[in-house]
Amino acid sequence: MEPLTEFTPIAATIGGALIGLAAALMLIFEGRIAGISGILSGVFKRRTDEDSPPAWQATFIGGLVLGGLVLMVANPPVVTTGLTLSPLLVIAAGLLVGFGTRLGNGCTSGHGVCGIPRLSIRSILATLTFMGAAAATVYLTNHVFAFGGLS
Amino acid sequence: MRQLIVLLSGFVFAIGLGISEMTRPEKVLGFLDVFGNWDPSLAFVMGGAIVVYAGALQLAKRREKPSFGVRFRIPTRSDITPSLIIGAAIFGVGWGLAGFCPGPALVAASATVTPALFFVPSLIAGIFLHRFIFDRK
Repeated sequence: MEPLTEFTPIAATIGGALIGLAAALMLIFEGRIAGISGILSGVFKRRTDEDSPPAWQATFIGGLVLGGLVLMVANPPVVTTGLTLSPLLVIAAGLLVGFGTRLGNGCTSGHGVCGIPRLSIRSILATLTFMGAAAATVYLTNHVFAFGGLS
Repeated sequence: MRQLIVLLSGFVFAIGLGISEMTRPEKVLGFLDVFGNWDPSLAFVMGGAIVVYAGALQLAKRREKPSFGVRFRIPTRSDITPSLIIGAAIFGVGWGLAGFCPGPALVAASATVTPALFFVPSLIAGIFLHRFIFDRK
């Protein structure tokens, strides 16, 4: 079987460093963790925080959206997919990710990027757990049953 | 100025996700497919991000407070709770199903990647479902 994607260590490292830089900006300037699931959840909260600029979560998500638009124009191949994922599977996945990241207090950015370098035991355990669960899910949905995106 | 830095942070975050192709679900699923055609790229994304962020943490340690704002809001909890592990496991199952976690999904949806357009409303619904069950105040 042909690999679907090529191993791209240089682009991955540069991209990762930019993600780290973005999270560093939030830390140094605002003193906050750049956890996307928490920030997205904060967009829908009516809680004002005197120590932060108003609706800063919406501003951050606005930056993400702007970045997505720029990528679509400047580098379309990185925002395309060759997978045909069933809408039902994708909708189920979205519900699980939304619910799970709130219950577990973070996602790949909050627990992974921001938590691991702090050597937070909670974040390290959470990251190991979601990586393990995700790898098991990919194995089951693609190699045992055949309804995953890779099968 | 503060809003501008926050906007820039979101923007740079998105560009980083794009350059590393985390915005493409096949790239993420390829990493998670440890027993298939494994693509280890995502480990390098994590590595790059962690090294840079570790440097920023050192810088933050030498400061009393962030440039704006009155104090650092860095989580200090160290209790391992069932909700932490169960939540992470549920998240992992969803991540493995479609190859999207919240950041890349938002960026891909903004660039009109079809599955991300289904994923994001559902992601937000999942956040509200959690709030409805656990946070009824």
